[in-house]
Amino acid sequence: MSWFKKLTAGLKKSSNKMTDSLSGLFKSKKIDAESLEDLEEALIASDMGPHVAAAIATELGQVKFDGEPDADKWRLALAQILERKLAPLEKPLIADADNRPHVILLVGVNGSGKTTTCGKLARKFQDEGKSVMLAAGDTFRAAATEQLQGWGLRTDTPVITGEAGSDAASLAYRAMEQAHKAGTDVLIIDTAGRLQNRAELMEELAKIHRVIGKFDESAPHDSIIVLDGTVGQNAISQTKAFAEVASLTGMIITKLDGSAKGGVIVALGDGFGLPVHMVGVGEGVDDLQTFGARDYAAALIGIESDALTQADSAQ
Amino acid sequence: MFDQLKDKFQSVFDGLSKKGSLSEADVETALREVRLALLEADVSLPVAKHFIASIKEKAIGAASIKSVRPDQQVIKIVHDGLVEMLGGDAAPLAVDVAPPAVILMAGLQGSGKTTTAGKLALRLKDRHKKNVMVASLDMTRPAAREQLRVLAEQADVGVLPESDTETPLELAKRALQMAKLKAYDVVILDTAGRLSIDDDLMDELRAIKQATNPHEVLLVADALTGQDAVNTAQAFHDAVGVSGIVLTRMDGDSRGGAALSMRHVTGMPIKFVGMGEKQDALEEFVPDRLAGRILDMGDVVALVEKAAAAIEEEEAMRMAKRMASGKFDMNDFLNQLRQLQKMGGLSGILGMLPGIGKMQKQLNAAGMDDSMLKRQEAIILSMTKKERVSVGLLNASRRKRIAAGSGTSVQDVNRVVKQYQEMAKMMKRMGSKAGAAGLKAMMGGLGGGGGMAAGGQMPQMDAEAMKKLSSGLPAGMGGEMFGKGGLGGLPGLGGLPGMGGPARGGSGKKPKRKK
Repeated sequence: MSWFKKLTAGLKKSSNKMTDSLSGLFKSKKIDAESLEDLEEALIASDMGPHVAAAIATELGQVKFDGEPDADKWRLALAQILERKLAPLEKPLIADADNRPHVILLVGVNGSGKTTTCGKLARKFQDEGKSVMLAAGDTFRAAATEQLQGWGLRTDTPVITGEAGSDAASLAYRAMEQAHKAGTDVLIIDTAGRLQNRAELMEELAKIHRVIGKFDESAPHDSIIVLDGTVGQNAISQTKAFAEVASLTGMIITKLDGSAKGGVIVALGDGFGLPVHMVGVGEGVDDLQTFGARDYAAALIGIESDALTQADSAQ
Repeated sequence: MFDQLKDKFQSVFDGLSKKGSLSEADVETALREVRLALLEADVSLPVAKHFIASIKEKAIGAASIKSVRPDQQVIKIVHDGLVEMLGGDAAPLAVDVAPPAVILMAGLQGSGKTTTAGKLALRLKDRHKKNVMVASLDMTRPAAREQLRVLAEQADVGVLPESDTETPLELAKRALQMAKLKAYDVVILDTAGRLSIDDDLMDELRAIKQATNPHEVLLVADALTGQDAVNTAQAFHDAVGVSGIVLTRMDGDSRGGAALSMRHVTGMPIKFVGMGEKQDALEEFVPDRLAGRILDMGDVVALVEKAAAAIEEEEAMRMAKRMASGKFDMNDFLNQLRQLQKMGGLSGILGMLPGIGKMQKQLNAAGMDDSMLKRQEAIILSMTKKERVSVGLLNASRRKRIAAGSGTSVQDVNRVVKQYQEMAKMMKRMGSKAGAAGLKAMMGGLGGGGGMAAGGQMPQMDAEAMKKLSSGLPAGMGGEMFGKGGLGGLPGLGGLPGMGGPARGGSGKKPKRKK
């Protein structure tokens, strides 16, 4: 199943799905201040935040149509606005063969899905014919190491581990050494979840990042924040804080197969311009897929992504 | 000079007539700001709308507070509404049942169920002295069971031995059997994280609930959650009937609006909040704190509270001065009646006093319930302005008119007049030299934070009740009420026997405010 379908399936089951409110909204041919306000609310309900939602509603209000627009045209126009906003965020995660190893550091708050994402990324790169090594950098949470080892077993990937409570930075350094020695293509380093307002934990993360750079100053080649798709406006504070200590290069959004719509991506794109590499749409090992602005915009609005493609070629 | 004074009076009266109560426009302006604040705090849209509508109803027409802007006052009303909504129906965890008490943890992936199960086990063992066992039913996430086992070891509680072949339902049944066999008081069932739209997994959760008949079903939810909180809460509540919510990651810097959404949708109380990664970092929920965080307008709320307190204090001082000069007319009496009602009426006040419970029955039997305060108020309101100032005018025909106007009887009117006279007599005593010292002490008490020099006479009264009593009581009902005059000083309680006591109001000690 393509991630568009999974995403759509999840959004369809959501009780106050945006498509519903949009259908009612665009029934009339004229779009007035009141329906724009309703639209704004529908966008807010997808976690876009009040300010971004207002900006998008305004933008839609200014769209010029040839002839009388109908509900489909309104919806298409809205999807196009969103696609335009999100298109610059598309950037597949690619392991550069020149890097030995190509180092990916995963960071984020607790429970966002870092360890699971590590496992899924291992499978992705294996499928591309690359050798992968995992580093269990979450030495704090009980059994986090065992969890990553579980993924190591599933994907037949070596996992570098340390004692519970041991220094995560030195574990990362050791993993760098071993991956380098083994000639591994991709090293994926998991870290403990931490809330961004915990200064001492953020300092620890800064140290991990620094130590990795000591072994190879171009590393980590990807420093990725893993965000829970159900998160609200706090995602902005998270991204800001993690960008400061871990020089973020991109984002992965997880748990988008549920009823959450992940509209905060739009707000984040507005504020940070960090690419969205991948989205998690299920618990299966293959359920981490490359982010596509068109598919996401279409799923969010409740139209087929083909409609956007057709509109594109018509122009 | 005279003109100036007149102007001043005029502006005061203008202010009163114009700003006597909050207008619809005042309220709507302020609520627009509030709506934005709630949405930015991740309160789900339908919940925010519902909440705003209910506040609007409450706020329009509310008496305005001098020296604060109407919008500021609305913010305070919103804050109080949030506290009320977040804090209602609080109930302790149902663990004091015929053992084993079964607690089922449910929620989305990564919401913190396993960590919370460990924290809860430790809490129940340490604070409730329970013999606790935990059992992981999570066969999905790699190492979820190891995680719970490690946490159980750290907390030194029992744990269900793992098995790779059993289904979650079988594990749940075995956990219950083992809990019974080994005489555990509490068994905590940790389940796999699941999406609310995953029908198969929700069915499984339903089956586990049916098989284990839990005393508590705790929805574990992330305080960082956005708009989806309503969907998640609704789905879990529909499927398994949530009995309480645990809010995790409250030590983060999120505004936590999801809590309001989930509280609203389930109608179930927030029982605990996760405040850190350590195993003892599970705290009782404090509605006031979260309300402040969601609204994020603490300075405004504090300002209005201060202004309201200042006005009450001002009013109390004014009354005190009048009494000191021996003046006490029907208007003052009316004032006191209203203050009494504001504090929850007679039953509210008496409820705060220990040992009155038994008497309340007798009071009720004697018709001295709260409706009496209303009747007394109606009687005074049926008097003319002149009559209120000079009670001596009240001859038989005037009394008859008042009785008819207030829908009471002449006897009722007579009773009010008599109560007024008794009270006025008491006030006069206080106004004399002997009473002055006590009054001064009382006023000192009021000035020193609205406390009341009650001494050790009401040892069982809790701090909250004390605060309420002391801040809400108008002068003349402070230390003196429980002192020289006994409860006879209370309007409506025409000198009940046996409720007085030795003078203890004006001890002169400055009471400390309890926090």
